[in-house]
Amino acid sequence: MAQINTPAELEEFRKGILSKRDPDKPCVTLCSGSACNASGSTDVAAALFEEIEKQGLGAAVDIRRTGCHGFCERGPIIVIHPEEICYFNIEPKDVSEIISETIKGHKVVEHLLYTDPATNEKIVHESEIPFYKYQERIVFGSNSKIDPKSIDDYLAIGGYSALAKALTGMSAEQVLQEVKKANLRGRGGGGFPAGTKWEGSRNAGGEIKYVIVNADEGDPGAYMDRSVLEGNPHSVLEGLTIGAYAVGAHEGYIYVRQEYPLAVENVNMAIRKAEEYGFLGKNILGSGFDFIVKVHQGAGAFVCGESTALMTALEGRAGEPRPKYVRSNVVGLWGRPSVLNNVETWANVPLIINNGADWFTKLGTESSKGTKIFSLVGKITNTGLVEVPMGTPLRDIIFKIGGGIPGGKKFKAMQTGGPSGGCIPEELLDLPVGFDELTRAGSMMGSGGMIVMDEDTCMPDVARYFLDFLTDESCGKCVPCREGMRQMLKILTDITQGRGKEGDIELLEQLAETAQEAALCALGKSSPNPFLSTLKYFRDEYEAHVKEKRCPALSCKELINYYIDPSKCNACTTCARKCPAEAIIGGKNLIHMIDQEKCTKCGTCFEACPPKFRAVTKISGVPVPPPIPEEARTIVRESKQK
Amino acid sequence: MSDIILQIDGKEVKAAEGMTVLQAARSAGITIPTLCFHEKLEPYGGCRLCIVELESRGSTRLVVSCVYPVEKNLVVRTRSEKVDRIRKMILQLLLAHAPDAFDLQDLAQEYGADKNRFEKEPSFCIHCGLCVRYCAEVKKKNAVGFVDRGIRKEISFIPEIAAHECWDCKECFPLCPTEALQAAFVLTKALAFSSPSLEFAAGE
Repeated sequence: MAQINTPAELEEFRKGILSKRDPDKPCVTLCSGSACNASGSTDVAAALFEEIEKQGLGAAVDIRRTGCHGFCERGPIIVIHPEEICYFNIEPKDVSEIISETIKGHKVVEHLLYTDPATNEKIVHESEIPFYKYQERIVFGSNSKIDPKSIDDYLAIGGYSALAKALTGMSAEQVLQEVKKANLRGRGGGGFPAGTKWEGSRNAGGEIKYVIVNADEGDPGAYMDRSVLEGNPHSVLEGLTIGAYAVGAHEGYIYVRQEYPLAVENVNMAIRKAEEYGFLGKNILGSGFDFIVKVHQGAGAFVCGESTALMTALEGRAGEPRPKYVRSNVVGLWGRPSVLNNVETWANVPLIINNGADWFTKLGTESSKGTKIFSLVGKITNTGLVEVPMGTPLRDIIFKIGGGIPGGKKFKAMQTGGPSGGCIPEELLDLPVGFDELTRAGSMMGSGGMIVMDEDTCMPDVARYFLDFLTDESCGKCVPCREGMRQMLKILTDITQGRGKEGDIELLEQLAETAQEAALCALGKSSPNPFLSTLKYFRDEYEAHVKEKRCPALSCKELINYYIDPSKCNACTTCARKCPAEAIIGGKNLIHMIDQEKCTKCGTCFEACPPKFRAVTKISGVPVPPPIPEEARTIVRESKQK
Repeated sequence: MSDIILQIDGKEVKAAEGMTVLQAARSAGITIPTLCFHEKLEPYGGCRLCIVELESRGSTRLVVSCVYPVEKNLVVRTRSEKVDRIRKMILQLLLAHAPDAFDLQDLAQEYGADKNRFEKEPSFCIHCGLCVRYCAEVKKKNAVGFVDRGIRKEISFIPEIAAHECWDCKECFPLCPTEALQAAFVLTKALAFSSPSLEFAAGE
């Protein structure tokens, strides 16, 4: 491969790629992101290649293993182009039918289609499925069109044209102003305007400057940055290079967690290819601009997502935040001006350069522009990654795109912003999603985690869970975070286990204030958020735990008892047979009772009791009713009497 | 270098550019409590006890004085209701680990901190890092370091280095704000049971 030396050569090369691609040739794209790989995409791919050969279609069909499509709940996903026929939950055994029916016979395989749960209709095309229909996938959409290992695929969809435009058609200052005008705010947590950050670095003195990709996404349940880096690594590289040009940096780093092996592999390959094609290295596209990128694998510490801790780790030291009051875009990595943005932020840059700031600002709210990718998980029907314009009401994300809460349960709260974010209650569901909107509601955008919780979720226990995570991930440098969280976790554990004391809530509030006001880094300062936001909207639950030793959600094991309602028990013995602790007393025609001494509260009986009886219940805050008298326990069945 | 005039506790203080608020205060004889600060070491910002209130344009905010650089016309208050409340909480949190440390007890009295506020977990170490940083920055030996992170973090001597360097030095011992023998204890432990297998055999 000869290097591409000018924008004209790039366009020529792109035309060459497109001319060799017949848009009418069948192309099977198979989602091969980490989530789909875990659900068997690799086996499906093997079956695809084998079947295509077996049915003698070798050269007549293209197979493309793409990055994540987002609808992970239904993966692995196959989309057949050009018709865009979409099949879900594919297993290797389905492949032969897909090839013979759809590829050869041009017929749709009904049973692999998506069924709309609302209308019960089968949907053929991806864009008509509610999960996709209400999204605006300007950043994430390309994932399903390209093989992340193929730079030609990226070029075919217009890749690196923004770089060519920036390097040869715009001054560094113009690039900077365009990004500023677009009001692109950092998608990694803080929401700081990227253009302002870049400008600070550009204006800072010194010859050496750095640009860095934060790919240390570590929130439980969040994987949007991972999926962009895995599925479209060139878009991140292109954005980074444009940023480097605007700032005046000639060296870039990608700080990616080692636990993201596919992302590491794909971005390394992308860098090699970009160097080979001349999009990285010396005199990029004949512009005279030099830029190289190195990959640094992080050792998996949540705190390393914090900018100063990340830079300390990049320098080869233990990843702990720095106590400086000077911004790292002025004094950062090795004391040099360093611009750090996360994967998604960088991936937005080529779009802004290509389409202009005016196009970008058409999407979004007053203060939050563009789109945001969210990781929609928890008690939600359509688990997956969704990209929506800023300003989309939370309700639409949960119900239109996410398909609502499964199992007929009621929505209770949505945790946004990762562990140090907060919970949004039902009354705020019409809130338009945006940086400032979420902060005002006591939560935050964070990097875009969204965990949906239903009525069975205990909010103090949610706070305890996140505090447990944060305590484990605290670097331990400053007292308010290390010691404050140690105590907060202890108190929350006590509360959820029935040992809550009068004054505990107030003590938690004091500890929260200390962390908010005095912790060293942003993670420490935001660490009490899970507690504060759940307290704000669900104070009654905390009080019920502390004062009445009652868990209103019937979730905290130490505060509930399982009880068989004698008026509903039909003595069917299902629960008794399944109880692993042999705690259920009763037999045929004998109303069952739970021996509370033996009961381990595993919930097996609750699950096992046939829905037509629903005799096993959970109770909390009240004593278990005394057993009914022995003579009343025998059930006399009418059928037997006849 | 030009002088910077700022106001600390109502007093006009002259400071040189590049100084921290803590340095400026101390140069003017104003006390701000610290636990992890040492003149010879880079500011660490770990204990957060030196937190102070800044006033600018009508609003106040809290910063830690050991790292905050002096600015022209800065208005600093080293004590306020909020500052005292936070210092009290920090001391209570630390007293759970080192209830008998003299330095902490004196400060506890000043700020009304209750050493029994939290359940005691006497580990003695309050992670100020003075021994670790002194060994690294002043002695340049790195014989003692932190291991693990978060609530599991502790100081540990590296036997291979400590065996050669520590006997004639021991300069870190008196730096400890909680217990002069803390470092000595950890050092002895490291040298006595220098490998994990030995530690295991000794029933540690």
